[in-house]
Amino acid sequence: MMEWVNLGAALAMALAMAIMLGRLFAGPTLYDRVLAANSFGTKTVLLLLIFSLLVGRADGVDIAMLYALINFVATIAILKFFRYRSLEIALAQMSLRRAIDGDDD
Amino acid sequence: MEILLLLRDVASIGLMAIGVIFVLAGAIGVVRLPDFYTRMHAAGVTDTLGAEMIVLGLMLQAGFTLLSAKLLLVGFILFLTSPTATHAVANAAHRAGLNPLLSRHQPPHPRDAEMGDKS
Repeated sequence: MMEWVNLGAALAMALAMAIMLGRLFAGPTLYDRVLAANSFGTKTVLLLLIFSLLVGRADGVDIAMLYALINFVATIAILKFFRYRSLEIALAQMSLRRAIDGDDD
Repeated sequence: MEILLLLRDVASIGLMAIGVIFVLAGAIGVVRLPDFYTRMHAAGVTDTLGAEMIVLGLMLQAGFTLLSAKLLLVGFILFLTSPTATHAVANAAHRAGLNPLLSRHQPPHPRDAEMGDKS
């Protein structure tokens, strides 16, 4: 019985990911797309978890953990790149430079 | 002992059903809502709660094993990173000057209000 529950939950996650792809392609601004990509990654983690318990292989949980961490780092990196147009300068140096220059934003 | 196993299955099904409902509602909200900030509300708020519910339901299925501990760790990571990422997206959009959609009255952007106080 629990296999069918897990299968239904996995299909619902796939449906939610498909709906989220619509916003990812149609989003009017950059931030809509970043938000949709982040939410898509969260749903991917959940799909991996459900699927690894569905097929009875525990490896998927490790991959899901890795994917959750990479998803967070990727979101922050995309936001940082589109704000500063560079990934080279550390954020701490950036705020320090802003404090020295007295620039507001 | 049988009744306990049945109870565990029922609790797991209930938690996963609540989680799936939250995740689907968040996905529909992201497509249907009119504005970036309302979409962010739908995605960020429902994803965190739905993910935690689904992970808890899977933990009930896994039992008291190492797999359950890993699931708890994944849930903890999601619980920390999902609101942080949503907050970062909201902060970036606000800093970039994206205004919320207001219908009746339009208060000034908070950045302009602060500039007005300084001068």
